[in-house]
Amino acid sequence: MTDVNTKEDVYVVDKLIAEDIDAYLVSHEHKTMLRFITCGSVDDGKSTLIGRMLYDSKMIFEDQLDALSADSKKVGTQGQEIDFALLVDGLAAEREQGITIDVAYRFFNTEKRKFIVADCPGHEQYTRNMVTGASTADLAVILIDARKGVLVQTRRHSYLCHLIGIKNIVLAVNKMDLVDYDEVVFDAIVKDYTEFASSIGIESFTAMPISGFKGDNITTLSENTPWYKGTTLVEHLETVEVLSSVDADKPFRLPVQWVNRPNLDFRGFSGLIATGGVKAGDKIRVLPSGKTSTITRVVTYDGDLEEAVAGQSVTVCFEDEIDCSRGSVISVADNPPQTADQFESTFVWLADEAMIPGRAYWLKLGTQMVSATVQEPKYTVNVNTMEHMAAKTLELNAIGVAELTTDKQVVFEPYAENRTLGGFILIDKMTNATVAAGMINFSLRRSQNVHWQAIDIDRKQHANLKNQKPAVLWFTGLSGSGKSTIANMVEKKLHRMNRHTFLLDGDNVRHGLNKDLGFTEADRIENIRRVGEVAKLMTDGGLIVITAFISPFQADREMVRSMLPDGEFIEVFIDTPLKVAEARDVKGLYKKARSGELKNFTGIDSPYEAPRNPEVRIDTTVLSPEEAANLIVDTLLGDA
Amino acid sequence: MSSLRNAIRAQKTDWGHPTKAKGRAILMKTLTHLDRLEAEAIHIIREVVAEADKPVMLYSVGKDSAVMLHLARKAFYPSPPPFPLLHVDTTWKFKAMYELRDKMARDSGMDLLVYQNPEAVEKGINPFDHGALHTDMWKTEGLKQALDKYGFDAAFGGARRDEEKSRAKERIFSFRTSSHGWDPKNQRPELWNLYNARKAKGESIRVFPISNWTELDIWQYIHLNEIPIVPLYFADKRPTVERDGMLLMVDDDRFPLEPGEVPVMRSIRFRTLGCYPLTGAVESEAKTLPEVIQETLLTTTSERQGRAIDKDAGGAGMEVKKQQGYF
Repeated sequence: MTDVNTKEDVYVVDKLIAEDIDAYLVSHEHKTMLRFITCGSVDDGKSTLIGRMLYDSKMIFEDQLDALSADSKKVGTQGQEIDFALLVDGLAAEREQGITIDVAYRFFNTEKRKFIVADCPGHEQYTRNMVTGASTADLAVILIDARKGVLVQTRRHSYLCHLIGIKNIVLAVNKMDLVDYDEVVFDAIVKDYTEFASSIGIESFTAMPISGFKGDNITTLSENTPWYKGTTLVEHLETVEVLSSVDADKPFRLPVQWVNRPNLDFRGFSGLIATGGVKAGDKIRVLPSGKTSTITRVVTYDGDLEEAVAGQSVTVCFEDEIDCSRGSVISVADNPPQTADQFESTFVWLADEAMIPGRAYWLKLGTQMVSATVQEPKYTVNVNTMEHMAAKTLELNAIGVAELTTDKQVVFEPYAENRTLGGFILIDKMTNATVAAGMINFSLRRSQNVHWQAIDIDRKQHANLKNQKPAVLWFTGLSGSGKSTIANMVEKKLHRMNRHTFLLDGDNVRHGLNKDLGFTEADRIENIRRVGEVAKLMTDGGLIVITAFISPFQADREMVRSMLPDGEFIEVFIDTPLKVAEARDVKGLYKKARSGELKNFTGIDSPYEAPRNPEVRIDTTVLSPEEAANLIVDTLLGDA
Repeated sequence: MSSLRNAIRAQKTDWGHPTKAKGRAILMKTLTHLDRLEAEAIHIIREVVAEADKPVMLYSVGKDSAVMLHLARKAFYPSPPPFPLLHVDTTWKFKAMYELRDKMARDSGMDLLVYQNPEAVEKGINPFDHGALHTDMWKTEGLKQALDKYGFDAAFGGARRDEEKSRAKERIFSFRTSSHGWDPKNQRPELWNLYNARKAKGESIRVFPISNWTELDIWQYIHLNEIPIVPLYFADKRPTVERDGMLLMVDDDRFPLEPGEVPVMRSIRFRTLGCYPLTGAVESEAKTLPEVIQETLLTTTSERQGRAIDKDAGGAGMEVKKQQGYF
């Protein structure tokens, strides 16, 4: 601790606090806030820099320093010196292994601003953590070890920061004390970085020579670098423009979170203003309905506001009773955002389980939640070389560009114009894990040029003529569970009752419509999707459709369910234990799968996800096929 | 005080420089750090109400809880917050805390649920005889039982990231298994301000709307919004004894004095409030909020230093407790 300077400015602040706390409070209340991230690996001295800033702004207390001092001697990497890294590495595993695994958030104040620092891990396997930290940052500090220069990781971090849209980049050339504060070394690194930065589209950055360990150019300009004409790191952080003030200059957008309706006299729409500003009298438009009205009030607990701007949480009221609910976006009337259901997006894959093209995921964008499928990527990006590579899927930490389709119209703007209406997450429907972050590049016009043809004889008239309610009886179960046998029996019974039916059998469909598909996960999903679409067309024609497919994945069955009107999808789970099905082995397939002759066989080397809440569950160890068929027919006709 | 408040009020409505946007001039207000923290917290609270089935707000009566409750009232105004308050009681809180708790529930128009772990009641678990077991039974177990009993699937807590190292790494939406465990190595990525509140049956989330607030932010916000807090945060003459370097307040006659120990009147206040025998006081003359803030800024020890709980189990004390289901 001996080399820490006693700072003149710290002393002045202390004096103000001690002598005129009221004046200090008024000044503190008017501070703005900057969120920034620091990127670099362990050796770049990232944690040391943050520790230094916390220490210099007096955010480290004596008891923490005592604990730190003891920890430093036990596991520190700085000999007898204080190891600031231990202050920011919070998890036990991180301290033990001396690495940063997860983003840590730290806070400090200067006279002008409050700062939130996201300290991000540097290793390639923690790309997802870095992207998380970067997503809320106004600025990024990219650390370089002066002895090593621009490395692969420098390029990776810069690319990720640029990808997530951080406009303010500081290149902090650290450990200048170890290269004798040599201007030539600094200039060479800046030249190298300039070439790289312009090659990936970074328009500008600010370079500064520092030493986090010795404190050079952090809070005071260093005598060791008289050749450096720029500002200190902290001064730069204090004056750079923050994102929310940039957003305030854009057109008004308010994603609705919640409808506030305490009584019949009040109906307000609550949310955080994404961009622009709003005041009473403004003409607005509600998306996706497109209805217009006028703002009457901007309500808060502290009284109605004259005007509210981006970054504020408010409740607004309209002059007219127009439809508006969670997921709607309130916009300025004459310059609304677009709606679309097909997009090209850039993805960062965050989950251990790779992306499955064609599988339905939940997509959350602003306050909108829709079902979405992703196509095979157009390409992925090698984050170390920036090369585009062909890929069939997106693995953990992969960054790639792919097309995306949603089941409903989404109100959006390209990410480059609006982070709130252009950034989204994908959520796995089974595990509920957040599996990807996405950024919309643009919408695809293709879908907008295919219009629904109006037809005079609609599905209702088809059904009426047949005197029945159309439905899909969707059988699912292991191979050999008895699906086909029972499905056949059900169709015969319905036929005898003068019902118009059609049975779609797995094996038969694969001989025709789906003969181009194999048994990989992606092909199985496409198989189910096509069968779902065919079944839907048949129900439009008024038929009762019976399908008998293994259909092992819950998400795919849910996809078909979501294609059909409520109540028309009847999931029939033929529940036969694997042991029993394998013992039957009617087609000899289990034997082949066990011997390895047959790959991706459900129940053996590919999972079967049992339905959680099927409309009908048939336990074939208890019921005979005849009894099972009766139960299914009764359920269908509403007699059960 | 009142002149200071007026000065602050006057500055609060001070509009900044006019800027041009899309051809029309609008007056733009520069948001302060407290404006942004408030807006973020309100956004988080509303997201939970929109997406969770049965939320609840954990209310511990401390200053952080006071701010969180105030933010909830702001989020839903003019409606009252559409969820109840839950106090996981240890029966060993300061008397002044119980008084404020009941008053705040009345004023906010919210239901107050008070839960005491029946096993701890039966066994007479107390901080004098049972040490760490006291926290474990009343707080950790009590909280789990209360959440299970009412079937809450989302619980707001007033924890802040600047309090402790493992909290600095916790998400705002912190996911818990059906047995309330926290897995620090497997947290959901949290991008932009998009929170994923989806979960399977039996699982729950703990939500920390004031994650990004510091102790100073809390005090300043209480000051500007005139939020009622427990009088124990302000200095007054109170009966105390000194043990193991900690100043303990003798709040009622359940405090067992050691032979020869006589309570001494000292001018003290609390920086943090928990169970009264576990919470250390500091000697102080700070009787107003600005004085408290002044003392906070000039102090050289961290806030949780007065709490015995963080010192259990070495450097990773809080991390271990959280994995077991502590808030």
